[in-house]
Amino acid sequence: MNRRTRFAAIARRTAWQALPTVLAIVILNFFLLKLMPGDAADVLAGEAGSATAETLQALRAKFGLDQPVLHQLGAYLSHLAHGSLGYSPRYDAPVLQLILSRLPNTLLLMGTALGLALVAGVVLGAVMAHWAGKWPDRVLSVLALLLYSTPGFWIGLLAIVLFSVHLGWLPSGGDATIGAQLHGFARFADVARHVLLPAVTLATFFVAIYARLTRAAMLEVQRQDFVRTAHAKGLHPLRVTVRHVLRNALMPLTTMIGIHFGTLLGGAAVTETVFSWPGLGRLALDAVMARDFSVLLGVLLLSSLLVIVANVAVDLLQAWLDPRIA
Amino acid sequence: MASDSTELASSAHGSAWRRQLAGALFGARSARGVPSAHASRGVWRALLGNPSALAGIVLLTAFIALALAAPHLFPGDPLDMVAAPFEWPGSDPLYRLGTDSLGRDVAAGIAHGTRVSLLIGASAAAIGLVIGTLVGAIAGFFGGVIDDLLVRITELFQTVPSFLLVIVIVAIGRPSVTVIALAIGVASWPTVARIVRAEFRTLRQADFVLAARSQGFSDARLIFGEILPNALPPVIVTASVMVASAILIESSLSFLGMGDPNVVTWGGMIGAGRDSLRTAWYLTALPGAAIVLAVLALNLLGDGLNDALNPRMRERS
Repeated sequence: MNRRTRFAAIARRTAWQALPTVLAIVILNFFLLKLMPGDAADVLAGEAGSATAETLQALRAKFGLDQPVLHQLGAYLSHLAHGSLGYSPRYDAPVLQLILSRLPNTLLLMGTALGLALVAGVVLGAVMAHWAGKWPDRVLSVLALLLYSTPGFWIGLLAIVLFSVHLGWLPSGGDATIGAQLHGFARFADVARHVLLPAVTLATFFVAIYARLTRAAMLEVQRQDFVRTAHAKGLHPLRVTVRHVLRNALMPLTTMIGIHFGTLLGGAAVTETVFSWPGLGRLALDAVMARDFSVLLGVLLLSSLLVIVANVAVDLLQAWLDPRIA
Repeated sequence: MASDSTELASSAHGSAWRRQLAGALFGARSARGVPSAHASRGVWRALLGNPSALAGIVLLTAFIALALAAPHLFPGDPLDMVAAPFEWPGSDPLYRLGTDSLGRDVAAGIAHGTRVSLLIGASAAAIGLVIGTLVGAIAGFFGGVIDDLLVRITELFQTVPSFLLVIVIVAIGRPSVTVIALAIGVASWPTVARIVRAEFRTLRQADFVLAARSQGFSDARLIFGEILPNALPPVIVTASVMVASAILIESSLSFLGMGDPNVVTWGGMIGAGRDSLRTAWYLTALPGAAIVLAVLALNLLGDGLNDALNPRMRERS
């Protein structure tokens, strides 16, 4: 089977599996959210200070909240089929527009964090595996376990105290300097300065996971015959570790990236709160507080889609890395 | 093994083929390391001989002791105002860890928070373990359509980011300790289900299961009496990690202000201390350190259990 047909087969299979999953998630979430006490009309009325029963009725009628639940579900699904995620009563804007305006920020944060975590995790894991049982392994193992046990938001807050309050090196929140009209490289540097602390905060937990995984996978590979052959050929031990062991140990790591993608998204929600980063997670939390169901449904749907897409990407990556996977 | 063979002799009634069958049965079981009294003694020895696992056990015991002693060490409601606000740690001998923005004793908060964290961690993990074990066992044992369906449902729960799911469930109910534990349990069972299912799929073909099946045991007895005890080691390892992650999730939740407002929690203390982060960072640092230590203890224990229960890993290191 050549490469293209294999990719097509994987893509077809995942699409076939993903579609029912997405539909089930939408319906399940819809009923979950309908179980929540209160609705957007209550919150809007509460924030306005007072409202008569008639105003509440009018608000509910405007957003279709007075319809039977199954009717609402049908309307939502038919909107979805037309590419619309509904309308947010609170922001007075289409949900899709709201989500798309926040999505790039979240992807930037997650992408940077994932990149940092992968690089640091693989390097640490390789060092640990190369010196397995010796002191670098022991010290780094303790460090990895410590990072694995630390809540990300706490690291973030302490980092703000150190780097923003005491040293004044980095900004403590936001995604860009407010009011600054920057272009070109200055803008890039500004965003990079803002994304650094949140990304490092989000990455810490995953550095620990990837380091431990890399170490375990490398120890597994180290016992195989071709590694002994490489040693017997007289290759430098470091070269064997990097070229022969590490390359083959990266396979299980890619699987775990797919599995942990949802956790990364959840972690992003907390990190965004700590650093007032205007992203999807923040939007979801605000939507919970405001009982803004259409926004919450949209975010849940979109994050599930992101997880599915990430897993498809991992499948394709693995098929590319290892031709034995069909 | 001694207790096994006496039990065997009494049950076999001298019939040669039955003894042979049961011999194969127990042979297969002991080869996999049944958590019998004998084996679990070996696990304890392995745990106590492993310095990091021992450190985890000591630390965890200290936290449990603190949780139990909290009402005696710090009587009264930890949410009550007891002194002037913003006293730095060490400045008042009565309140060694200082007071927060409302003049509440930080040490009392941490001690009482231990109770909530451990309670939620343990009960959430228990809920997740029960659901996950049931789903995984049924899927792996029966296979076929049931397996397909349950795997689909498991994947469904793994696709929705679990932290968002926890938030939604907590928002549906009231933010009480029970609801939070339930929410975290409901969001965390898929991992267990996958592990248990994999174990059941390999074990259901084992000779001792065949032997039990040919004796006419019911499906329920095969699942819970025969296969489950042998599938437990990886589940036990997961359990301690699950308690750890449940504590982490609860702390994030209460940090975001979605925790139980009627009890003091570590995450809630951090969330409250965040407002005065610039001037009084100890209000953030101290409860966070408690979280790190508690979660670290459980993870150390989990690693130790993994080494002790997984012989393949043990011979490698």
